[in-house]
Amino acid sequence: MTGAPAHKEVEPAILAPAERAIQMIGGDLTEKSLRAHLEGLPRVDAVGLTERAASLGTRSIKTTSKARALDTIIGLIDLTTLEGADTPGKVHSLVAKAMTPDPSDMSTPRVAAVCVYGDMVPYAVAALGPDSGINVAAVATAFPSGRASLAVKLADTKHAVSAGADEIDMVIDRGAFLSGRYGVVFDQIVAVKEACRRDDGTYAHLKVILETGELNTYDNVRRASWLAILAGGDFIKTSTGKVSPAATLPVTLLMLQVVRDWYKLTGERIGVKPAGGIRSSKDAIKYLVTVAETVGEEWLQPHLFRFGASSLLNDVLLQRQKLSTGRYSGPDYVTVD
Amino acid sequence: MPASDSRFLDYAPAPESTSILHLKESYGLFVDGDFVQANGKSFATISPATEQKIAEISSADAKDVDRAVAAARKAYDRTWSKLSGADRGKYLFRIARLVQERARELAVAESLDNGKPIKESRDVDVPLVAAWFFYYAGWADKLDHAGLGPNPRALGVAAQVIPWNFPLLMLAWKIAPALAAGNTVVIKPASATSLSALIFAEILQQADLPPGVVNIITGSGGTGALLVNHPDVNKVAFTGSTEVGRAIAKSTAGTGKKLTLELGGKAANIVFDDAPLDQAVEGIVNGIFFNQGHVCCAGSRLLVQENIETEVVERLKERLQTLRMGDPLDKNTDIGAINSREQLDRIRELSDIGESEGAVRWSAPCEIPAKGFWFAPTIFTGVETSHRIARDEIFGPVLSVMTFRTPAEAISKANNTPYGLSAGIWSDKGSKILAVADKLRAGVIWANTFNRFDPASPFGGYKESGYGREGGKHGLAAYLKSTALKAGSR
Repeated sequence: MTGAPAHKEVEPAILAPAERAIQMIGGDLTEKSLRAHLEGLPRVDAVGLTERAASLGTRSIKTTSKARALDTIIGLIDLTTLEGADTPGKVHSLVAKAMTPDPSDMSTPRVAAVCVYGDMVPYAVAALGPDSGINVAAVATAFPSGRASLAVKLADTKHAVSAGADEIDMVIDRGAFLSGRYGVVFDQIVAVKEACRRDDGTYAHLKVILETGELNTYDNVRRASWLAILAGGDFIKTSTGKVSPAATLPVTLLMLQVVRDWYKLTGERIGVKPAGGIRSSKDAIKYLVTVAETVGEEWLQPHLFRFGASSLLNDVLLQRQKLSTGRYSGPDYVTVD
Repeated sequence: MPASDSRFLDYAPAPESTSILHLKESYGLFVDGDFVQANGKSFATISPATEQKIAEISSADAKDVDRAVAAARKAYDRTWSKLSGADRGKYLFRIARLVQERARELAVAESLDNGKPIKESRDVDVPLVAAWFFYYAGWADKLDHAGLGPNPRALGVAAQVIPWNFPLLMLAWKIAPALAAGNTVVIKPASATSLSALIFAEILQQADLPPGVVNIITGSGGTGALLVNHPDVNKVAFTGSTEVGRAIAKSTAGTGKKLTLELGGKAANIVFDDAPLDQAVEGIVNGIFFNQGHVCCAGSRLLVQENIETEVVERLKERLQTLRMGDPLDKNTDIGAINSREQLDRIRELSDIGESEGAVRWSAPCEIPAKGFWFAPTIFTGVETSHRIARDEIFGPVLSVMTFRTPAEAISKANNTPYGLSAGIWSDKGSKILAVADKLRAGVIWANTFNRFDPASPFGGYKESGYGREGGKHGLAAYLKSTALKAGSR
């Protein structure tokens, strides 16, 4: 056999019966009805969105509010290592940092999760032990490009879940999305969600990475966010961190607006995870402000908001030390992982 | 996250320090390059947020006005009209740079004296002041290209009277084009907000501007009347109420004084059902609650397509609940104080009339400080075009919501006002925006934004919103006369 796969295979007329989509769009879920629904969403004015984000960024968070913000940020971090060079040793080091972010101050909270490649999950699980309170998140579905067959993506996911991952960070098929095949993207998310099912019937939490840097327009980000929620995502996540731009404040604001609209329609809370490019406490505080003033501060909890970051943690620790001692220390007063 | 009964959203106070200010206890008039004593009785300027006195301000009487106009005339005859455009431009560039250098001080003074939030004086007013001087500095040696033919000439002495809503910005709108075009100036700030103009006088001294080129006199409306009616001024520029503008138009008629008026407004902000909704809500908020609604071009009439009215109003109310009202000097304040007790009374009176006429009032749940003048952001729904709150300029944080069904109806309702200063259109469809904008009778039309200002863009009104344009190339025409003599030209 030669040539491209038959088109019928990649453009399903009837879509997988995801519960949320059926409630929102109606029983006969088709590529056509999904498209009409997504295209009916209100458009985004890029200038207005970036202005609003910039204005939220001017909030001045000082003294007690800042101390609280810094601890909140630490508790929302998915401490991440996603390198080709990752080893069990590197993962052990990351886990140690996640459990004891600042050995000079044991009151420092722990991070929310460690985020690793699927084959590193067993090492992370073993290093954390049973009572760390820290989740293991695994990237899956041929991360970061997502360019693999569905069978490979599902196997990737199932492997990570069975190895003990609490959370799966999947990537959407951006190629399918950009060529207008929303149904393909939708069905894949539904299938991956099903692959997150454990033997006991519970599910690993599913974060859906949109890779907003490749979707390029805010209208696309709104549609992709909505699509990911309809298909069953627990979280919508901006980026893999491998594409520039990764998370930006305007993109995160837009995704928070989607989540707010979904909550107003259904009463159901969806999480948001900006990932990549957030390196300073100052930037992270802008995200907290944006969350609190867009969806409300009940979203500032690990099951509803996360930062995908690695170097952010040390900057927050430095700021935290500054607040408690009154002086700035330096990079040698926080640990490398 | 640690359990806590306080909220993250209760941001700790983040006040901008007033230690940067070096205020005097009392200020004289700035005439002929120096601060001089006035003959009139002085008065106190207060902070509208605390009602505490800031400084004592002088009041110019007829003699003082004579003296200021004479200084401006002398400076015009002996120095300013003799300088090349390039040299005038150098002074303007220098002023612009000094405004930037002292930006924080000017912003703090403005927020203290006017009541507007520091984030607006810091991020909008003062940067625009510098931008205005930079822009017109560039024009000073290029007047041949102002569209008035070769070698256009200055008018002479300009009498300028400005309002209290954007004290320093309105001063820049008036002084920058006047000086670029080669005129000298006597300007009177509003009595409630003279402080930033007096600090600006120090900047003029720092810039070594020749004495008399700009004279700043303070006082009440009576002083303003003396100034605009002075026989030796060639040009009158006024920004303020339509009532006073009308009186000035009458008193200057037949005197040969060139006149520009920038008066009231009751702008329509039109939201179509294909608008980018989240951004439209931001634009509505910015349109009417920016500067506590003390904006002549404020989007005080929201015209929303009937099929999305419920959703828009609901989103708007939710958004208004996140606005922070309070200390204008706190960097997180969104809504500052109403400028004066008098203005607060007027806003209250018109809002009460709105209720008694049958409109439904909703105010954001803000904690009102004990001292000072405050009015919570307020929305009226169920407003009919015949209601006074749909017709009278309230000049406060009060929005009247009306609906329309078709673009034609939107246009007809938007134009159904004696004013015509500004309008806004929200739609994702470009062709619709252009078609509607073409039929709106308003001097400034914003598409998918509101209350955006740029020195390169002309600003001014139709009908009772005044005449003449400020800003851009058009703004120069108000301060120049053509020397290309044609039949019928002056």
